Amino acid sequence: MLSYVLFTLTIGGIYALLALSLNLVWGMTGMVNLGLAGFFAVGAYASAIATGAGAPVVVGWAVAIAAGVVAGLVITFATLRLRDDYLAIVTLGFGEVVRLIALNERWLTKGADGISGIPAPLKSTLGQAGFPLFYLVLVSLIVLLLWWALRRLDHSPYGRTLKAIREDQELARFAGKPVLRFKYEAFAVAAAIAALAGALYAHFQSYVSPDHFQPLITIYIFLAVTAGGVGRPLGAVLGAYAVVIFLEATRFMAEVLPGLQAVQLAAVREMLVGVALLVVLLLKPSGLLPERIAPALRP
Amino acid sequence: MLQALLQAIVGGLMTGSQLALPAIGFTAIFAVLRYPSFAVAAYMTVGAFAAVFANTHFGAGVAVCALVAAVAAGVVGVATEHTVLSPLRPAGALTVAIGSIALNLVLENVVRFFFGNDMRGFDMPILPDMRVAGLRVGAQQLQNLALAVVVMAAVFVFLRFSRFGRAMRAVADNGDLARLKGIDPKLISAFAIALGAALAGIGGALLGMDTSIDPLTGYRVLLSVFAAAVLGGLGSIPGAVVGALVIGVAEEVSLLVVPTTYRGAIAFFAILVMLSFRPRGLLGERAT
Repeated sequence: MLSYVLFTLTIGGIYALLALSLNLVWGMTGMVNLGLAGFFAVGAYASAIATGAGAPVVVGWAVAIAAGVVAGLVITFATLRLRDDYLAIVTLGFGEVVRLIALNERWLTKGADGISGIPAPLKSTLGQAGFPLFYLVLVSLIVLLLWWALRRLDHSPYGRTLKAIREDQELARFAGKPVLRFKYEAFAVAAAIAALAGALYAHFQSYVSPDHFQPLITIYIFLAVTAGGVGRPLGAVLGAYAVVIFLEATRFMAEVLPGLQAVQLAAVREMLVGVALLVVLLLKPSGLLPERIAPALRP
Repeated sequence: MLQALLQAIVGGLMTGSQLALPAIGFTAIFAVLRYPSFAVAAYMTVGAFAAVFANTHFGAGVAVCALVAAVAAGVVGVATEHTVLSPLRPAGALTVAIGSIALNLVLENVVRFFFGNDMRGFDMPILPDMRVAGLRVGAQQLQNLALAVVVMAAVFVFLRFSRFGRAMRAVADNGDLARLKGIDPKLISAFAIALGAALAGIGGALLGMDTSIDPLTGYRVLLSVFAAAVLGGLGSIPGAVVGALVIGVAEEVSLLVVPTTYRGAIAFFAILVMLSFRPRGLLGERAT
């Protein structure tokens, strides 16, 4: 039971990082990233491959962050100048293509078999009992650190510029802000956070395969950010933990709904995720912890 | 080699014609309602399952199947748009787009709940492939091509000449101006979604006749449908047809050199290349 709780909370922390990433892009800057699962995968595979080639775990994580930044810039290069809906289409495609590459480039990713034996940091010294606790603390500390940093950003002039871009790009440009540069930077930083989440996930599970990075993850995180509070880092973090608990709770659905086949239970579970997202969008689009906007200073 | 290339082009035009209907649907919804609808995938799947149901239970033929697919997908499209998506419109197009992803997930799983994940097929006589000038042409595909052409011609005539079609184009062109002229935007929106979803439904059914169907039938080709619409220019209906044919041919020809599993990636790179060099697409107007 304890190990189950530790596991769930660690996954919750990793989802919280993804939610912070999406909140930076979608909540603060108003850009969509439907390829979040793709950036998550890029980080996981980058670190798995780097450490597989002999690099220490910390170097693997650095490689993952760098890979995330590069992927983020490549994806936004062609699309940020255009209307926002193009970014939606391109990022969705990115998520799919990453999975296709992971499936097909066997020399690099071992295809559908996945990469196993990814080193779990300090597992040999801490042992089977100590490692999950250590890793939970590590992931939680990283969540705390990034939450703090993004909260600082939220209140800084930089964050206010991002929100100005979200509200009205033309006005922000008119006020002399280099809108495009801000968008590139926000997207690249967010991609790096998602990639770091992927690296943490890979070294936690010791195994990654293309199946781990279904587009459904992106929808989970959208649900987390919208339910928690769009534009507010604390909301994103709490939303992520709530979604993980919700997903775990639906595992016990079989007892509540007897007589359904496994495929029907899986369908009900995914349906609930979709319905939850629609309900939040319809009834409480600002989320449970709405963003706080300081009143304007009077001149 | 030349033979293989020609064969790929013929095959590409066939698959392209099947992509054209959902691509027109997607672009029509975009032109009038101003959001990219990810639920097009689910409309295709719903259409395909409705058609298979009509075929296997009541022995419906190709034309009736297409009609059933259109009605089922159109009804689902209008009902969900009305209850779920249109209340989101004040929050902006991107919010509606995200809502359409959630809706897609729900509809896909409703289908999965009732029909499971197994592959299903139409109960139709398997038509032998024909040979024309040394090239292999699938008779089923040819039949689908003919049906797609008929549907497209009807859509074109309708949009071009009927009052309703003109009103729809007016709303797409300038919603405010159209409203000033007394066109009811609600009615036109409902009609656009009905048309878009119905076309997606027929496209899904045609795709199913060519191969087989499962709850992911629509989602699997969604990227190709997007690519067709982007290539032709988002919001342009003739563009969507041209884009679909180009994507169909590009996919088949590329498969001569890259593994088949990369089919989905080709659509993605077509989108990236197009947006880098000519973002408004072949026949579109503006993209910024």
